[in-house]
Amino acid sequence: MALSAADKRALRTGISVGIAVAAYGVSFGALSVAAGLDVWQTCFLSLVLFSGGSQFAVIGIIASGGAAAGIPAIASSTFLALRNGIYSMRVAPIVGEGPWWRRIIAAQLTIDESTAVAIAQDEKSAQKVGFWTTGIAIYIGWNLATFAGALLGNLVGDVNKFGLDAVAAAAFVGLLWPRLKQLQAAAVAMVAAVLATILIPFTPPGVPVLAAALVALVFGLTNWLHREPAAQVQPDDASEPLDTPGFHPGHEGTAS
Amino acid sequence: MTLWITVIVASVLSFVVKYTGYLIPQSLLEKPKFTRVTNLLTVAMLAALVAVQTLGAGQSIAIDARIPAVIVAAILFSFRVPFIVVVAVAGIVAVVLRNLGWMA
Repeated sequence: MALSAADKRALRTGISVGIAVAAYGVSFGALSVAAGLDVWQTCFLSLVLFSGGSQFAVIGIIASGGAAAGIPAIASSTFLALRNGIYSMRVAPIVGEGPWWRRIIAAQLTIDESTAVAIAQDEKSAQKVGFWTTGIAIYIGWNLATFAGALLGNLVGDVNKFGLDAVAAAAFVGLLWPRLKQLQAAAVAMVAAVLATILIPFTPPGVPVLAAALVALVFGLTNWLHREPAAQVQPDDASEPLDTPGFHPGHEGTAS
Repeated sequence: MTLWITVIVASVLSFVVKYTGYLIPQSLLEKPKFTRVTNLLTVAMLAALVAVQTLGAGQSIAIDARIPAVIVAAILFSFRVPFIVVVAVAGIVAVVLRNLGWMA
């Protein structure tokens, strides 16, 4: 496969994001064992659950409530994972049609970072390269780091003393940057960030980010602040109601 | 409930959630209105994530070395400094401020 310059940029970004994030895996592994999970349970979470926020939620709740806290641990983990479901709607067209196993692997790799690197790219082939590179780099790195952390225990201490928390936040700023050139996306990002910040003290973890989705729905459905020549927008908007399933109750299943 | 059941159920549910988008027909996901909304959803959630990762500390807001690090990063990104350099600088800013004892 020949890679264009844009593809190579996506590849480099994916690998650097992968390395930066994977380092957190050491911290997860160590904290998980300290919370009372064994090495295999810890590795199972990184291999199968594979979503950082949810994994930290599970071990955080087990650490304070023990094995009896299974239901709240599962609920909290699943709630935090909901955003991956929304990402998957954006990423599925990038991954494209393909054999079932490829879509299974893509689903497993659909997380904050792989989605962010994918949408930071302009061309579709670079988006694909960005998604797969980031997803695979993080999957391998995160799992190796988890295993190491689980074996070593908390020898490393708080990874944030290496500035990893700042690195993670800065990385997402950089990945969002190219999208903020459009007025509508920039406005959505701004309102979403403010709303999330306001909600942090008042809502359980996970709510601030999901609430931001409402901002996108409002802007997206009303197409507020979208700047494009009216002539280009009209045909799309005019054709949509006819194609929308369920819009005409009498014609279900009659794909146009 | 044993720890294993918790670990397995949480993991399976995580996958089920991630798979939802791949179950929706491509033709629907590629409709202009749908694309526009999913695009903005992703941007909104990642922007919210930046806010939470920069300011959040559990369920409270913490003003610490992450803020100057992110501001420096944003300035460097606006000057088109390469991604990996910016991210490294952001980490260094946070580490230096913490080691100097100026910020948590």
